[in-house]
Amino acid sequence: MSKRKSRDSHMTVGQCVSQAQKILRQRFCHQEVSTSPVGLECQHKHLLELLRRTAVHGESNSVLIVGPRGTGKTMLLNYVLKELQEEKDVKSNIMLVHLNGLLQTDDRIALKEITRQLNLENVVGDKVFGSFAENLAFLLEALKKGDRSSSRPVIFVLDEFDLFAHHKNQTLLYNLLDVSQSAQAPVSVVGLTCRLDVLELLEKRVKSRFSHRQIHLLGSLSFSQYLETAASQLSLPPDFPDAKFANEWNTSVKKLCEDKSVEGVLRKHFEGSKDFRSLHTLLLLALSRVTVSNPVIRPGNLLEAGRCSSADSKANILHGVSILELCLIIAMKHLNDIYEGEPFNFQMVHNEFKKFISRKSHSIHNFEKPVVIKAFEHLQQLELIRPVEASSAKIQKDYQLMKLVLDHTQVMEAVQRYPQCPTDVRQWASSAFA
Amino acid sequence: MSRYFTRLRVKRSYKWKSRSTSVDRKLNRHFYESMIIQVEGRPVDTVVTLGQFILIEGDDDDNPYVARLLKFYSDEDGKAKKAKVQWYVRYCEVPQNKRKLLGRQPHPQEIFYYSDSSCDSEVDAETILCTVEVKHVPGEQPFPDDAKKETLFVKLSWDTKVFKQFEPDFMKPFENVMTPPKQILQSPPRESPVSTPPPKTPTTRGTTPRALPTPDPMVMKRADCATYTPYTRGCMSTGRRNSREAESIHSASKLSASKLMSGKRRGRITSEPGIRKKLELSSPGKKMTREDVLGELLDDDLAQKLSTSPPRSLKLTIRLTPLEVKQNFPRDEEDFSLQPLQSPNKPTASALDTEDFTSLGVRGLEDSSADEGVTVLPTPQRRRATPRRGSLRRQARTPSQRKSSSDLVRSSLSVLAEEEHEDSPVQTAATPRSRRKCAQLVSSRIKQQLAVSGERNLDDEDDDGDDCVFVPSKIDLQSSSDEEVEAKVESDDELTISRKSRRVTGSRTPQATEKSRASTRTPRKTPSKKAAPTTPRTPKTPKTPRHATPVIPSRSQPARTPGNVLEEARASLHVSAVPESLPCREQEFQDIYNFVESKVIDGTGGCMYISGVPGTGKTATVHEVIRSLQQAADLDEIPQFRFIEINGMKMTDPHQAYVQILQKLTNQKVTPDHAASLLEKRFSSPAPKKETTVLLVDELDLLWTRKQNVLYNLFDWPTRRHARLVVLTIANTMDLPERIMINRVASRLGLTRMSFQPYTFKQLQQIIASRLNRVRAFEEDALQLVSRKVAALSGDARRCLDICRRATEICEFSADPKSGTGLVGMTHVMQALDEMFSSVYITAIKCASVQEQLFLRAVIAEFRRLGLEEATFQQVYVQHQALCRMEGLGPTSVSESMAVCQRLGACRLLLVESSRLDILLRVRLNVSQDDVLYALKAD
Repeated sequence: MSKRKSRDSHMTVGQCVSQAQKILRQRFCHQEVSTSPVGLECQHKHLLELLRRTAVHGESNSVLIVGPRGTGKTMLLNYVLKELQEEKDVKSNIMLVHLNGLLQTDDRIALKEITRQLNLENVVGDKVFGSFAENLAFLLEALKKGDRSSSRPVIFVLDEFDLFAHHKNQTLLYNLLDVSQSAQAPVSVVGLTCRLDVLELLEKRVKSRFSHRQIHLLGSLSFSQYLETAASQLSLPPDFPDAKFANEWNTSVKKLCEDKSVEGVLRKHFEGSKDFRSLHTLLLLALSRVTVSNPVIRPGNLLEAGRCSSADSKANILHGVSILELCLIIAMKHLNDIYEGEPFNFQMVHNEFKKFISRKSHSIHNFEKPVVIKAFEHLQQLELIRPVEASSAKIQKDYQLMKLVLDHTQVMEAVQRYPQCPTDVRQWASSAFA
Repeated sequence: MSRYFTRLRVKRSYKWKSRSTSVDRKLNRHFYESMIIQVEGRPVDTVVTLGQFILIEGDDDDNPYVARLLKFYSDEDGKAKKAKVQWYVRYCEVPQNKRKLLGRQPHPQEIFYYSDSSCDSEVDAETILCTVEVKHVPGEQPFPDDAKKETLFVKLSWDTKVFKQFEPDFMKPFENVMTPPKQILQSPPRESPVSTPPPKTPTTRGTTPRALPTPDPMVMKRADCATYTPYTRGCMSTGRRNSREAESIHSASKLSASKLMSGKRRGRITSEPGIRKKLELSSPGKKMTREDVLGELLDDDLAQKLSTSPPRSLKLTIRLTPLEVKQNFPRDEEDFSLQPLQSPNKPTASALDTEDFTSLGVRGLEDSSADEGVTVLPTPQRRRATPRRGSLRRQARTPSQRKSSSDLVRSSLSVLAEEEHEDSPVQTAATPRSRRKCAQLVSSRIKQQLAVSGERNLDDEDDDGDDCVFVPSKIDLQSSSDEEVEAKVESDDELTISRKSRRVTGSRTPQATEKSRASTRTPRKTPSKKAAPTTPRTPKTPKTPRHATPVIPSRSQPARTPGNVLEEARASLHVSAVPESLPCREQEFQDIYNFVESKVIDGTGGCMYISGVPGTGKTATVHEVIRSLQQAADLDEIPQFRFIEINGMKMTDPHQAYVQILQKLTNQKVTPDHAASLLEKRFSSPAPKKETTVLLVDELDLLWTRKQNVLYNLFDWPTRRHARLVVLTIANTMDLPERIMINRVASRLGLTRMSFQPYTFKQLQQIIASRLNRVRAFEEDALQLVSRKVAALSGDARRCLDICRRATEICEFSADPKSGTGLVGMTHVMQALDEMFSSVYITAIKCASVQEQLFLRAVIAEFRRLGLEEATFQQVYVQHQALCRMEGLGPTSVSESMAVCQRLGACRLLLVESSRLDILLRVRLNVSQDDVLYALKAD
């Protein structure tokens, strides 16, 4: 290692590793656009041409980019915008307004944000003056004054487009789309949403003003493409300072992807979802295992990461409950079996538990009722059981109806994996009469 | 239009300049002579005095109504300030079809004496914008060329049927009243009607202020206001004064008036403020000063009158004792009967005046007041002096007196102007009674001073009036109920009197009126036009805090123009492209056109409800109608009208509709409540010169409120007699009135309805063809396919155009040089249709991950097992596990399955309850089971 360091760019392995981790983490967490999107050439071209026409010809447009989460909608748009900005006759010609339905939760906020981003004249610093009505009138007036040939085109990007449709009267959408359909300042309204039925959310007159252009990103890529993407996402860029380390890293990544077990993990992940974001979390888990002593990602790391990501959260919680609580859960499971999923109350559970204790008094300590109640309440706090009705005030705690929010399989698995679980309890879990 | 915004933007406050000059106890009215209009942001106030010509707020910002102020009075409660006016009409206000009766080209600044008695002559004083200069031009004389733009000229009268030679007598009563002493003196030099205009017109605004007792700056401001604000009905002192001056001058100086003389006179007037100041300084207390001033003035007047008019001498003497009353009477009589006589008198008087002015500041003040407001004064005097003569005279006088006196006081106190302002609010705060007492005191003092006139004392009303005169105008605002009563009585009297007097005096006034016409006209036209560009900017300033102008930055690179046939087609197919004509909506166009046209021509109002699904050309058709109506209006085929458009979707709250309407009408920016009341006033108050307003309300259903007051008002206004409002409403549903409107609203909407049917495929085809008229870019079959498809689905023209536009894009990108034609063909259109209409669910399912597909299958399996269309996640999970095992996939944990379920829920293939319920959440399919199975099988 020291040799390598001295030979190459004077970086220790530690430095190289942290540098590599930094680059990759940035890539995974910030969704950085590096290469042209895979398998989206057609959509890419459509969107690029559309936005370019707005920028160059001043043609107003509206378009929706629809696709399930993690299929690369935002990435595609960002990539297109990046491309556009690089074009000479477009660069200084467009104005961008980014809105997010999760941030701009109503039209008032959205209008302020638009005004701020457009930096209209009623903006000082970051403050927007005027009331909601004034802002709306002002913005509309501004847009109305513009015309196709002279004003700078504005590209409105509405992330989580479906949430804007829930605003009162859909005022913002109506106005934006109306501008895009009338001879005012040229605008492009680009909506991003994961809802396939988004058009049904639009009111009829809003819908009529929408151009009905939709770009669908449905994640139609195959497993081999998926694998390639994973590999390319993991490999270091050529401009990495330590060329030797980068080389070694990239070869190890190549090898890693050819590994059968790794392929199995990735395939399982792929079958679960084609979402790139979940792939990124998986790779990030593996990446965090890389240390100075272990400077490359090994198949074992990825296997462990796969196990982590597919682990059942409830099972992990069950792992930490007390034996009394476990017994109560088993009792609830039996009650569920007996009453076919009907809700139960504490008394029923306690009776079931007492029956078990009376049969196998030696295997477990006979707890006082208050202690059992405490355990029962703890389970409720963990949300492993939940009351059927929210209004619990009138009913005595003992008799409040509850439901178990665990599946049988989860209970059985927890019992199997519970450390030093008494055999009687185990048997009781598998059979109510054991 | 925008010119007069200032008024709207700037808040104006109206106050009586002095205490009421008389009280009509029967009607509980208080009469006043003058009013002060304070414009926010301007240091100087305008004073409007009786007899002056004023601009009154109307529908048209450019052309506010012109009228002559006859009376000022306040209502019982003292809140409402009313004014009685004599209307003058502009040429543009004469009905289109009657305009030919004039038989010549109207002078741009010409106005006509409006002698239709049916017209309500009572206006809200707070609609007065400012004063204006009006000159009478004798019938045979040409309009003066050098008149300034603000000056209006009166030559003819208009009684809604014929144009008649305007009798100058109409204008006289006031002149006499107002200018009795000074006018005569001053007027002679000016007398030649032609000569007078020049000084008045352009400078009028500037000069008039001088003439007015109030300090020059105030006047100037007012004048500005006047130019800006056509709407205000309130009378601005300056304008009136100017007009009065003009009138007086004209009437008095028919013989010959040299411009030089007039100029001198103005000079004097201008110098007055200083004089006044001196007076003030000398006077210990304000009241005292006022009294003194008044006394001096009166004396001066008397002296002048006496000296000036030898023929009148008898009358003059009479005047002397009661001062005002007597003087006025004789003068009036003189004026009416002996016009020629006046002129000789006047020259002498003028000479005297000049001397007086130069020597005595007080006199100068008086003169100025006399010119403007003094004319008014005489009338009240008459009343006092001779109760018999008729309340008319008195009324006329009282207001004028007050005003003039107040003006005088003001001018004298110009140095202390600020103090006055401060004082005034305090005074206003004081209870009316107290004022009254003060006023009485003052009046008693005055009486003492003017001991000569015994007649005066006889009249209680007169005393009150005097009192009022001396008390600061602001106090008057709060005038006591008594005063109001008086004022009412007086005003009634005034009305009758004024009419009579005008008619009687007809011979005299013509000159003045013509001049006044010219003056009024000019101000409107030229200044308004000039101001128009500037004003629109100014109004904006109030809107946004920092005078922000709503503008999108301009582009750095010029927009590229379409380069080829397809791009050209795309540009013309864009929905925003405005077609030259609207094909397929001829019938609807005609119906709407006829409806609006008839209303505009009749000057009536009405409502129309237009319904139709989106994209059927409702708004476009209405716009087209308005466009052609506006063309017709430009060609003078129909009267001018205003078009205002609001959109329910483009406002944040139904009540914003008021704000938007008002803003578009007047560029005022106010709160919704205030806007509603302003509009209410506007549409319910009569004004002869109103032009019809056509209001388009788009997306009507969004203006629905629980009380429906917005809708109610929108439909109620057109039914008002004076509203002249045509409301066109647009919404999507045909039965909207029945569904959402309560009866009284629906009833007012009426039954004039129109429904736009969705376009048929032939119409759609025609629409596209008409847009593409020059450009050949589509194959016929392709067009037909698109139009048939769209017609079958929605009949939405927007959709049709969008599809065609998309098809051109597809054609352009896929253009193989081999395929040759370069036209948009069936394949391209098919592809575009597919993109827009095909459901994406099946593709989405096909593209879903294996687990997602399995989960969907599990959902269906569970549904089949349960026989329900709904299952809990826990149930589906069991199925899912089983399917996984069958497919040879490893078991999935609950967490994984839940993630899959949530993903499907996010893209709405599944409908999923809130994830708070965890495994108990219920799952439903958002796609038909068949679709799912089809998609999965094909896989």
